[in-house]
Amino acid sequence: MLHAAYLIIAFPLLGSLLLMTFGRRLGEPVAGWLGTAAITASFVVAVVVFFGVLHAHQTDCIPGLLCQGSPIAPGSLLNDQFVQHLFNWVNVGGFHANVDLLVDPLSITMCLFITGISAMIHLYSIAYMHGEEDFTKFFIYLNLFVTSMLILVLGGNLLLTFIGWEGVGVCSYWLVSYYFQKDSAASAGKKAFIYNRVGDVGFLLAIFILYSQLHTVSYVEIFQRAGHLSPLWATMAVLALVLAASGKSAQIPLFNWLPDAMEGPTPVSALIHAATMVTAGVYLLCRLHGVVNLSSTGQGVICGVGLATAFVAATVATSQSDIKKGLAFSTVSQIGFMVLAVGTKNYEAAIFLMVAHAFFKALLFLGSGSVIHALDGEQEMVRMGGLRKVLPWTFGTFMIGWLAIAGVPPFAGFFAKGSVLDGVFAKSPVLWALALLTALLTAYYMSRLFYLTFTGEERFTAVGPNGEPGIEHPHESPWHMRFPLVVLAILSAAGGAIDLPWVHTWGLDTFLNPVFLTTTPAATNSGSTQLFLAIADAVVAVAGIGLAWVLWRGKAARPELTPAFLKRVWFWDDAYDAVIGRPATALSKAAAIVDDEVIDGAVLGTATLVRRGADQLRKAQDGYVRTYALSIAAGMAAFLIYLVTRVFS
Amino acid sequence: MNPITVPSISYFTMAPMLVLFVGSVLLMAAASLLRHRLPEVVSTATSVLLGLGALVVSILQWDHLIRHGSSSTVAGALVLDGFSVFVNITVSCAVILTALVAHDYLARLKFDSAEFHILALLSASGALIMGAANDLVVVFLGLEILSIALYVLVALNRKNEKSAEGALKYFVLGGFSSAVFVYGIALTYGATGSTNLAKMGTYLSANVVHRPGLLLAGIGLLAVGFCFKIAAVPFHMWTPDVYEGAPTPVTGFMAAVAKVGGFVAFLRVFETAFSTQQSTWAPLLYTVALLTTFIGATSAIAQHNVKRMLAYSSINHAGFILLGVVVLTKAGFAGSLYYLFTYSVMAIGTFALLGVLGGARDEDHDLTSYRGLAKRRPGVALSLALLLLAQAGMPFTTGFLAKFGVIEATVAHGEIPLALLAMVSATISAVAYLRVGIVMYATHDVPTPVSDGSSFKDRAEGSLLLEVEPVATTHEVPVAPTTGLAIGICLAVTFYFGIAPGALLDFARQAAQLLR
Repeated sequence: MLHAAYLIIAFPLLGSLLLMTFGRRLGEPVAGWLGTAAITASFVVAVVVFFGVLHAHQTDCIPGLLCQGSPIAPGSLLNDQFVQHLFNWVNVGGFHANVDLLVDPLSITMCLFITGISAMIHLYSIAYMHGEEDFTKFFIYLNLFVTSMLILVLGGNLLLTFIGWEGVGVCSYWLVSYYFQKDSAASAGKKAFIYNRVGDVGFLLAIFILYSQLHTVSYVEIFQRAGHLSPLWATMAVLALVLAASGKSAQIPLFNWLPDAMEGPTPVSALIHAATMVTAGVYLLCRLHGVVNLSSTGQGVICGVGLATAFVAATVATSQSDIKKGLAFSTVSQIGFMVLAVGTKNYEAAIFLMVAHAFFKALLFLGSGSVIHALDGEQEMVRMGGLRKVLPWTFGTFMIGWLAIAGVPPFAGFFAKGSVLDGVFAKSPVLWALALLTALLTAYYMSRLFYLTFTGEERFTAVGPNGEPGIEHPHESPWHMRFPLVVLAILSAAGGAIDLPWVHTWGLDTFLNPVFLTTTPAATNSGSTQLFLAIADAVVAVAGIGLAWVLWRGKAARPELTPAFLKRVWFWDDAYDAVIGRPATALSKAAAIVDDEVIDGAVLGTATLVRRGADQLRKAQDGYVRTYALSIAAGMAAFLIYLVTRVFS
Repeated sequence: MNPITVPSISYFTMAPMLVLFVGSVLLMAAASLLRHRLPEVVSTATSVLLGLGALVVSILQWDHLIRHGSSSTVAGALVLDGFSVFVNITVSCAVILTALVAHDYLARLKFDSAEFHILALLSASGALIMGAANDLVVVFLGLEILSIALYVLVALNRKNEKSAEGALKYFVLGGFSSAVFVYGIALTYGATGSTNLAKMGTYLSANVVHRPGLLLAGIGLLAVGFCFKIAAVPFHMWTPDVYEGAPTPVTGFMAAVAKVGGFVAFLRVFETAFSTQQSTWAPLLYTVALLTTFIGATSAIAQHNVKRMLAYSSINHAGFILLGVVVLTKAGFAGSLYYLFTYSVMAIGTFALLGVLGGARDEDHDLTSYRGLAKRRPGVALSLALLLLAQAGMPFTTGFLAKFGVIEATVAHGEIPLALLAMVSATISAVAYLRVGIVMYATHDVPTPVSDGSSFKDRAEGSLLLEVEPVATTHEVPVAPTTGLAIGICLAVTFYFGIAPGALLDFARQAAQLLR
């Protein structure tokens, strides 16, 4: 069953190729259905492979393959890791990189939720993108994105992951600037791309460091040889990885592209900028846990980055007026929690939160999309309110998402965030207190967003602050949009069951353990501490919801609670502009002069020289056989004269 | 009087050349005995089947070679080794692809189809003989069989002046270089007492030549003969005229088959017989390789006719392949063989597309007629752009790995300046390929005025890229299924082995190792 792994990638790739070739002929909505079918097929294969991994996990041996404990070779199994060798790729001198897929509990967990949620979002998009001019193109990009994401996750070495990493970056760029006629969308796409490029430098540095020290780029071999890394190089590698992760996963200092990326269509925000792509950085850190484990300095930096991002983004989220921007900062904050979990070596919890977050954040974004769809594209919460009655399906499912992210038991978020916080507590109670404060803010800002959107007066019927006409009859979305909402709501409600803290015989934790080989920090907390922590989480969640109810019940705006400092993201972009933007502009103006005068001059000079030479050669080629024969004779004479000199030397 | 002893003959070694040669003779007999003209389908199918037959036999030979090692037959005149099997496989593939490409072309231009296929098969069998020849006389035999059939093939387009002109030039100069080659054989025979390559090599390694004048002159003349055949500078000047004048499928065939045959014989003669004299002749070929890459590349960018441009680009490629002869190492052989195979495929595909774009009479090869092609014929434009990018050495195509292979071998041999200069020439030649791409994609049917040259972009386009006259009206020729199939195969090979190169690289590497 494990050998089918390549099909997980093949289906979306096939889908995108078919859409590229026949897409325009198929048109709406067939193209959308084709895209959805490709992803669904990929999901089915992922499930099959998942059972293969599960079976291997129970028997520790796959028939026909080597068993656990044997030296690793293509097709063998160690720590539940199965390497599928597809073909040799680069084989230069001592450098080998094969196109190998690494199928293990970690990668298959990622595949399951990536393909599952992608299938839902593809289905949703058929209705959401209805009537768009570039309907087919949207699905081409979306299928390509899923392909790249799966290559990123399943790649058996750093180079393949890097290809996927760049692929998702490019697809994200295309999709953010999907409405490229809008200036804001075009520049948001560019911003996302440039921030990501900075992170990519980190990834490349990490590849160079690991290759120079360990002479391999394969994950299995890196894990085996990680012990040879000196502490200094381990720290350098981890720092490079943190830079990579902060670019892709929108962490400090590179987090500010994500809110702008909300210019893309809402399904894109749900899939790429909430559920999947932005978690790639966390995945990378988890995949290279063998390296992260070696550097306590690195872990400290990871903790710091994660916690700072979680806190800053949470404060900013409390003051956003655009529903998607609010959710975007919430995403940044939640990924901060995942990074924090990685920093405490609590990898299982990071993945658990990643999965749970994928469920509820995709749900929340799709819900917001449903609202925006109903209100003809309105995203400002000032013009919402009272949608409870108008959009009952959206309201019900969104409520589950809200309770899940707020951390109310027994929804998925409670367990996932709980397991992260347990690990933080085991590391340092001070960090735990800060993280708990952030959890309180989470409950607060999500409740504010929920109240502003669904309760209170129906502000959308009135004329907007900028003179927008009122919306008379908002309508509930069609079934293709409601069905994913319901499925994701069920997953958000019951998703905690995949890893219940009191069950130790099965669950995500047990499944992933062979990969990470660490005892969860949560296990080191005593039983009564566990109970205390769980109660604290629940209390904080309820308190946040209550606080928001007191402050925001029936209100549309409270300027005193949303200061400019928070609205403008701690003046982050202004600082970047002053420190990097303006000096860089001045520098590039100077460089432009050098470029025009010096470099262009040199290039043009060379080009002219080459062209003149070419013209001369063309004249020499005059078409007469005698000239050609003369050339041969001259060449022959030159040969012979040279050889004569060799004879007499 | 001694009875003549008949040497033992291994028909297995000769099987591929026999398949093609006997097949073409039978086809000729059938075509001349039949009262009606042989239907095109029959001659194409025969040609493809013969190519397939030769390919299958060659693959069996490869299997035999891997198991039992190399061997020689006919008193050491022919060998079965890595080089010969490599030539057999490459040329068989080229025969199949060319037959597919030519099918529609011949019908369109109302040529005698059987005539073309007979000559192509004969010429191919000449290339196979050159690949397996272990004796200078047999090399010459193969060279002449290859060349004489090609002279006629080039002249096939009787209504076109350029075709006749090209063929005549090719014939006259080919005769000249053959004479030089034979003289080289005579001199080296005089110096070593044999024309058998293995014996010459043994003789030269066992004895120190005190008065090497005769030997060196012979080597020099043989090098001239080979350099003419592979179109190395300064023996290249026939190439643009012949490539331009020949019917386009013939051009593709020449670029593939004549180069493969010439290069492999060149490699074998200089490795087996004259490797002991390498320090003497290497500087010569070093200079020739350098001149070939540079003059090929710089002349390519000055051309307005795409067929001529590709002729110069083939000269540039020849310079790269020559690097493997210069270094004379196993890695160099592997690089050259890989380059030959991949270039053959790319060239046949590219010229197949040119044959389609040339219009009803195969005359519209001016760059102007390519304007706005991407809008008019997106599939054709894309295929051509991809094949040209592959020729330029784009990563993820075989073209990249081909250049990489020979350059790597050159660097490993310590010839770093040569490698660097060759790469510079590759950059120059890339301009020529990109220029075609830009004309296809970035221009419309309306002619744009050449700008006065105020900014870099304008000047560059005005001078190098878009200096083209008003549009010629073309009668579009559809891509026939057979042609499409051939182009598809070429693209698939170019990209498949560019992304997953393992199998083909191993093939070239082993072929280079298994030299007898």
